[in-house]
Amino acid sequence: MSAAHTALHDSPGVPAPDVGSPASGRARGLAVLSGGLTTALGAVGVALGLSVIFGAPRHLRIGWLLPLVGVTFDLGPLGGFFVAATGAVSIAVGIYVVGYAQREHWVRFSLAMLPLFVAAMLLVPAAGSVTTFLLAWELMAAASLVLVLTEHHRGEVRSAGGFYAVMTQLGFAAILLALVVLSAAGRGDAFATIAAHSGGISTGTRTAVFLLTLMGFGSKAGLLPLHAWLPRAHPEAPSPVSALMSAAMVNMGIYGIIRIDVQILGPGPHWWGLTLMIFGALSAVFGVLQASVATDLKRLLAYSTTENMGLITLALGAATLLSSYGAHQVAALAMTAALLLILSHSAFKTLAFLAAGSVLAATGLRDLDKLGGLARRMPGTTVMFGIAALGASGLPLGAGFVGEWLLLQSLIHSPHDNNTLLALTMPLSVGAVALTTGLGIAAMVKAFGVGFLARPRSAAASAAREAPATMMTGMAIAAAACAVFALAPVLLSPVLRQVLAAVPTVGGAAAGPVLGAYLRLPGLAGSMSPGLIAAALLIAVLIALGLARWGGRRRPASAVAPLWACGADSLSPRMQYTATSFAEPLQRVFDNVLQPDTDVEVTHFAESQYLIEKVTYRTLLADPVEQRLYLPVVRAVTTWAQWVRRAHPGSVHLYLAYGALGLLIVLVIAR
Amino acid sequence: MNATTELAGLAATTLQVLAVVAGAPLIVGGMRQVRARLEGRAGGGIGQPWRDLRKQLRKQAITPAGTTVVFGFAPAVVAGSTLLIAAILPLIALGSPLDSAADLFGVVGLLFLGTVALTLAGLDTGTAFGGMGSSREITIAALVEPTILLAVFALSVPGHSANLAAIVSATAEHPGQLVSPGSLLAFVALAIVIIAETGRLPVDNPSTHLELTMIHEAMVLEYAGPRLALVEWASGMRLTVLLGLMANLFLPWGIAGAHPSVLAILIGLVAITVKVAVLAGVLAAGEVFIAKLRYFRIPELLAGSFLLALLAVTASYFFATATN
Amino acid sequence: MSWIAKIARVGRIVEPALDAPKTTVVPPTGIAGSLQLRHVDAGSCNGCELEIAGAFSPVYDAERFGARMVASPRHADGLLASGVVTHNMHQPLLNTLNSVPQPRVVIAVGDCACNGAAFAGGYGVVGSVTDVIPVDVEVPGCPPTPQQIITALRTVTGR
Repeated sequence: MSAAHTALHDSPGVPAPDVGSPASGRARGLAVLSGGLTTALGAVGVALGLSVIFGAPRHLRIGWLLPLVGVTFDLGPLGGFFVAATGAVSIAVGIYVVGYAQREHWVRFSLAMLPLFVAAMLLVPAAGSVTTFLLAWELMAAASLVLVLTEHHRGEVRSAGGFYAVMTQLGFAAILLALVVLSAAGRGDAFATIAAHSGGISTGTRTAVFLLTLMGFGSKAGLLPLHAWLPRAHPEAPSPVSALMSAAMVNMGIYGIIRIDVQILGPGPHWWGLTLMIFGALSAVFGVLQASVATDLKRLLAYSTTENMGLITLALGAATLLSSYGAHQVAALAMTAALLLILSHSAFKTLAFLAAGSVLAATGLRDLDKLGGLARRMPGTTVMFGIAALGASGLPLGAGFVGEWLLLQSLIHSPHDNNTLLALTMPLSVGAVALTTGLGIAAMVKAFGVGFLARPRSAAASAAREAPATMMTGMAIAAAACAVFALAPVLLSPVLRQVLAAVPTVGGAAAGPVLGAYLRLPGLAGSMSPGLIAAALLIAVLIALGLARWGGRRRPASAVAPLWACGADSLSPRMQYTATSFAEPLQRVFDNVLQPDTDVEVTHFAESQYLIEKVTYRTLLADPVEQRLYLPVVRAVTTWAQWVRRAHPGSVHLYLAYGALGLLIVLVIAR
Repeated sequence: MNATTELAGLAATTLQVLAVVAGAPLIVGGMRQVRARLEGRAGGGIGQPWRDLRKQLRKQAITPAGTTVVFGFAPAVVAGSTLLIAAILPLIALGSPLDSAADLFGVVGLLFLGTVALTLAGLDTGTAFGGMGSSREITIAALVEPTILLAVFALSVPGHSANLAAIVSATAEHPGQLVSPGSLLAFVALAIVIIAETGRLPVDNPSTHLELTMIHEAMVLEYAGPRLALVEWASGMRLTVLLGLMANLFLPWGIAGAHPSVLAILIGLVAITVKVAVLAGVLAAGEVFIAKLRYFRIPELLAGSFLLALLAVTASYFFATATN
Repeated sequence: MSWIAKIARVGRIVEPALDAPKTTVVPPTGIAGSLQLRHVDAGSCNGCELEIAGAFSPVYDAERFGARMVASPRHADGLLASGVVTHNMHQPLLNTLNSVPQPRVVIAVGDCACNGAAFAGGYGVVGSVTDVIPVDVEVPGCPPTPQQIITALRTVTGR
């Protein structure tokens, strides 16, 4: 809560062009070009993805692009699903950027990087060989790093960028190792070749590949314990970039896990599914707990991404585990839940970050403790964030409800005869999902209620103005997607069916749930209709309003009156509950997990020790995983590195000898 | 015949909604009377809440300065969601037309939707009490959700479905499993959940005047007139429907079938009235003997109920495999 | 569990109700038997507060006539004001009255609220409650007994 928060807007490095000048016209033109290109790429992605899901897979090989191996693209329904999701997010973000980049005066380099980032994200699911995959992955990581560092003149952005770069590369190292080992065991570079030979891969290799890919792809998806880059990088990146990262890039981690561990390596042993479920549940609960006590709006949304990715991994793990026990019907249900959760998360997270960007552009504030009262100044953005918050909380009428319902149904219908593992895991998973939902509701109520309702808590918040039309259009597209997921998931039914069929190791040939006007579960008892619930709720609310009118004839005219505040004369906006105070009971309950650093400083008057002049309360909620896990590891690595330094005295002769020795060893081994 | 049976199901559902609307203030009044008699007082009578409601509907509606439409519409959303729950639950008959549209997970979601609406209204007032009430309410709601969903899980194991008609008919067909450990544990867990959700002792004191001890009341301090009437009504209706749910989940006798006759509907109405009245009386009598828990002891209570619900599920698993 | 025995032994301790008085004020909103009041202590010695607490206790039980105390003036039909109005409580008393939705009544309890009693003309005092806000029912006495308070409430509730 430092002064830097109010100064988020000051960009001394980039002078703002005067409105109407040729420089501002050029800036507008570049913004339109960048945003238009992003939207066009998004549209291409959606079209390509849908064509592959409903049609034949597409192959493309460009032999001359890379020496020795060439570049291979192999797009099947699974890849098409992720390409289409990324494309849809990019459409909304592209239109939004046109207005946002002008408001925030983006430099040309960032504007150029944005379409490149989207293109890289579209290439990753399309990659058909290990080298192409790694190439596209690194391109995506590099482009995202540049975009995160857009406002590099601020110190926090630089440190966040450094942290992000290191963690991305560590994850990449794990993925590289895993894919190289897989490629060697699968006797080929192309995924198709590896899949064909996957039956002959030894158990040891499979285990190694599974663990390394879980580490690397899990880090990209924001799963515990390698998630710490998410809450650092997302708040400091510009909001459209945060939207792309949270709604599209983290999906690539999930894509990697599904492609390598589920599709190629096929049905794994029971402990694979169990491991996925454990990491998923831990990420979900930890992420949402941190979100519920976060006071920075974008940090809250970033931790919410960890939570949702945790839920998706939990669903994926449940599908894998149930499939390994032969319960294919229920496994198909869990897999459908995972796919639907991926889509709905992309929709509401995009909307949430775009709305947060609108708030940031209008007020210069991310700190919820200083926001408030935006419902009157920015009604459109308030409605948009409200829709996103409803979706993120998993309540009925929200975008995330159907996916969560499917997940819960798959957990409660799991077979439990003579199976102690399932009999223990499923109830605990339901408990984890329920706790996640409850805390998610708390986090979103806090974000919406404290940030947008009541009265502004600072001058910057009271000076807010609504976002321009392009930004509102981008948000409206994401909001429309949220509405579709909330009320009419029937529209997604064909897509989900096709993608489910492309992952036969989970669910076998079982048909997934029927997503019609009523959601039905073939072979299992259970049904729900989100559209009907919404319609019935509307009617019920109208009936309630009608009940309230009863006796209205004898009622005196309604009036607007000052707040009743126990009769006190003036109630300043500073007396309202802030985000910190709102989350304080939760913080107390989960004290041991969060380990807050609290400091209370009391200043007395100089004249008398009995009179208190000022009380300062400071609380710092760092990420405990970072404190407990990363710091010791970093310290150990530093100590070890200091020890190795002794071998580097500075003599060139010694370094030449090291090089020759290393080369000899490699030659001996490679024989 | 088909159209008549469809109409019968619809008639039963409409009747149960009307019964909840009309009967909720009577249940609240009855509970107050039980407490009054046990405390040696005379009490205001069962009809007192109805008099209060009719009076509030004729009072001026005041909108505090600085609030938004969230404050204005939250009472309608709470009342609407409760009415919808009353229409979905099998209170008088099993064949609600909305039964396949929302199962027990949907009902829990609707409950939380109402809670969230009122919580946002408390924040919207911008007073310290409103924020305090909202903060406490949402903490309890977050901590009670694992227990609720696990209890739903435990209840859905016998009938292999989370849809309410299936659960109630499974219990009606096999009454023996009501005394199984799973069922008993689920009953206790659900009782604690209902106390927490409806704001009764020992979680919240509905008749307190001390703002620092309020949870639900603190969020509605700024409501007046018809909106206050809706909030109080919705509060009473929530208690009634949750007690009705409890009654029909564990004591389903008397409920009419999926295609009921007029006589069956009337029997169902009388049965649910008696059951809810008895449960409400027991709850009110219990309240005389307990004091409100300190707020930060409530998570301990909820953690205990979570453990009970978890044991309920595992017990119903192991006993289901033994009997099947 | 000795409480159950105690409850059974003590039974009803509430005093029998007197005959209903004539209503002097038409019940606000026209519904008889429902009166919610917000108590305001404008500067009293707490003697009237003890009697009001007694009036709502199990012995006298004002609730059986439809009167109830509420925490917020927005929930109330009127104010139950006691004590002489001091300078510090002048504005809060007015704020509280303005927060009560129409139609509303004001009941002044005790001699201080009705005419200032011993504190009339004091330097710390603005006046009695009747001087500051329009009062519908006065309950004289220093302090008035719970039965007198209840009789006054019954003239408003009509029950």
